[in-house]
Amino acid sequence: MAVFEAKPALPPPVLTRGPVGWARQNLLSSPLNVGLTLVGVVLIVALVVPAVDWALLNATFRGTTADACTGTGACWPFVTTRLDFFVYGFYPPPERWRVNVLFALLALVIVPQLLPRFPGRRALAVFGFLGLPVLAAVLLLGGIAGLPFVETGKWGGLMLTLVLAMVGILAALPVGVVLALGRRSKMVVVRVSCTTFIEFWRGVPLISVLFMASVMLPLFLPEGVNFDKLLRALIGIIMFQSAYMAEVVRGGLQAIPRGQFEAAHALGLGYWRTMGLIILPQALKLVIPGIVNTFIALFKDTTLVLIIGLLDVLGSVQAAIVDPAWNRVAVEGYVFAGLCYWVFCFGMSRYSHALERKLQTGHKR
Amino acid sequence: MVSAPATPTPTPSEDTDASPRLGSRRLQDVVIAIEAMNKWYGAFHVLRDISLQVHRGERIVLCGPSGSGKSTLIRCINRLEEHQSGRIVVDGVELTNDVRHVEQIRREVGMVFQHFNLFPHLTVLENCVLAPIWVRKEPRRVAEERAMRLLERVKIPEQASKYPGQLSGGQQQRVAIARSLCMQPKIMLFDEPTSALDPEMIKEVLDTMISLAEEGMTMVCVTHEMGFAKTVADRVIFMDQGQIVEENDPHTFFTNPVNDRTRLFLSQILHH
Ligand SMILES: Nc1ncnc2c1ncn2[C@@H]1O[C@H](COP(=O)(O)OP(=O)(O)O)[C@@H](O)[C@H]1O
Ligand SMILES: [Mg+2]
Repeated sequence: MAVFEAKPALPPPVLTRGPVGWARQNLLSSPLNVGLTLVGVVLIVALVVPAVDWALLNATFRGTTADACTGTGACWPFVTTRLDFFVYGFYPPPERWRVNVLFALLALVIVPQLLPRFPGRRALAVFGFLGLPVLAAVLLLGGIAGLPFVETGKWGGLMLTLVLAMVGILAALPVGVVLALGRRSKMVVVRVSCTTFIEFWRGVPLISVLFMASVMLPLFLPEGVNFDKLLRALIGIIMFQSAYMAEVVRGGLQAIPRGQFEAAHALGLGYWRTMGLIILPQALKLVIPGIVNTFIALFKDTTLVLIIGLLDVLGSVQAAIVDPAWNRVAVEGYVFAGLCYWVFCFGMSRYSHALERKLQTGHKR
Repeated sequence: MVSAPATPTPTPSEDTDASPRLGSRRLQDVVIAIEAMNKWYGAFHVLRDISLQVHRGERIVLCGPSGSGKSTLIRCINRLEEHQSGRIVVDGVELTNDVRHVEQIRREVGMVFQHFNLFPHLTVLENCVLAPIWVRKEPRRVAEERAMRLLERVKIPEQASKYPGQLSGGQQQRVAIARSLCMQPKIMLFDEPTSALDPEMIKEVLDTMISLAEEGMTMVCVTHEMGFAKTVADRVIFMDQGQIVEENDPHTFFTNPVNDRTRLFLSQILHH
């Protein structure tokens, strides 16, 4: 007869929690992983240590001239003494408060979007889409309400980058949505014109679009008719980016099952309500990563206005570099410009992740 | 309680002048009239010479082998598909290319799909009130009150604030029925409403449909649930290869089918 016999207790499991356990599991689980970890550590040390040395430890932070920079590291006075130029360009100093007000308004609209439970978040978003662009134009341009007129030729630096990016983003999404719907329309004329538009603008490089907008367009316009260079660049950017946006949105539209259209139609919803209430909310949600990708590309592409003589943040850095008084310094400026772009692009990326999580309603496709 | 503009339930004593194949109830006006209707998909003749009249309050079950054109036929009734010849008149309005006619008819005709087709980005309650608010222009409060009543009727009021993705198939289909009823339709079309469901959920959906039938709703149901056909149908229509092959009251249809193809179909359906 079988007799129950207790087996000896198993040894306790190897530590799998805590930093040590984590490292054992993720970094040192096999000889190959040990090797890769070592290579990684060496690389980090080789890259990060000199970077920190240069940017922080051996850097000079104080001073107002190039002579102040005696260390072997970065010469930050190059950036700090010109910070105003990098941020405002040639915007007249007495009027720069207007730009600051705009920055504050932007922050007021954007920051609450990142805080889920902020009261009035939606109202602020609507204001950001509809009211803010008008207000921004009034503030920056002036010429009314007692504000002196500031021509767009004086705009520059980070402020110009933000103007180009915001206008591009605010316009490219709706125009792109309309183009995407048009490309799927049953009406031949609409479909063909949207397709042609999209394929044209996708087929040319942005540089050439900007170049045409700034150099060629005036040649075609009648004598005396001349409209703003910044406006031309903006239109070029909007056309170009909305073509990309249209294709991203179309991808989302195609992913919506036919049953959704049919259910909406069967309930008596017409074309626009079906699209606006049923299809687009789902399609746009599906392509948030693609939309944000396009936004990020747009943000960085704005720097191409450099070639038509508009000085955005990178352009103003570049303009500053040729100053003979600072001829030893260049990298600092580029690092600053790069950081500006990175902060905004990374912010958009995080926001899109948060948005995707928030809009998850328990249906995975 | 009754949400649809229900016709008074006829009593058996009124059952004198009904035409013989219309079952045990007296039927008044024709709400769906299809005359010599044909439809092609490209060169493929999917519906051939279909003529069909549905009276107010009548319950029709449409069956037939897969691919015989049942879905296409009922989808023509609310113009999810276009027919190429013949006439379809729904509730006195002829279906033409006129968008206003189409939208007018779609307001009065509810449809329930095999795959539910709920809107996944909206909660159950939002699914239900969307069309009443946007199409019928009802105040939200009125629409929500009716939606809650109907959700109670299909026995899922407690799910109102959930998203469709969080419900079981049977619950989703009952929401889909409630969503259609929220528009207070005169006619309900069902396209295989239980075919995508696990067996244990079929009954809850059929029960909902039976209670709807008992309230006098005009219904056209594509289904292979022969038990449902036997209990509630006034007429069973058998389709094959795009044609209406046989049309009879359920008792005759099941016990004494005339057509060979019907017999074959029934033997497959009933003895599998
Ligand atoms: N959009 C379409 N284009 C071409 N053929 C189709 C389309 N929809 C259905 N069909 C064909 O029409 C026939 C009838 O389809 P359907 O009405 O869905 O049949 P049932 O619902 O009876 O199974 C089938 O042969 C099917 O392949
Ligand atoms: Mg079918």
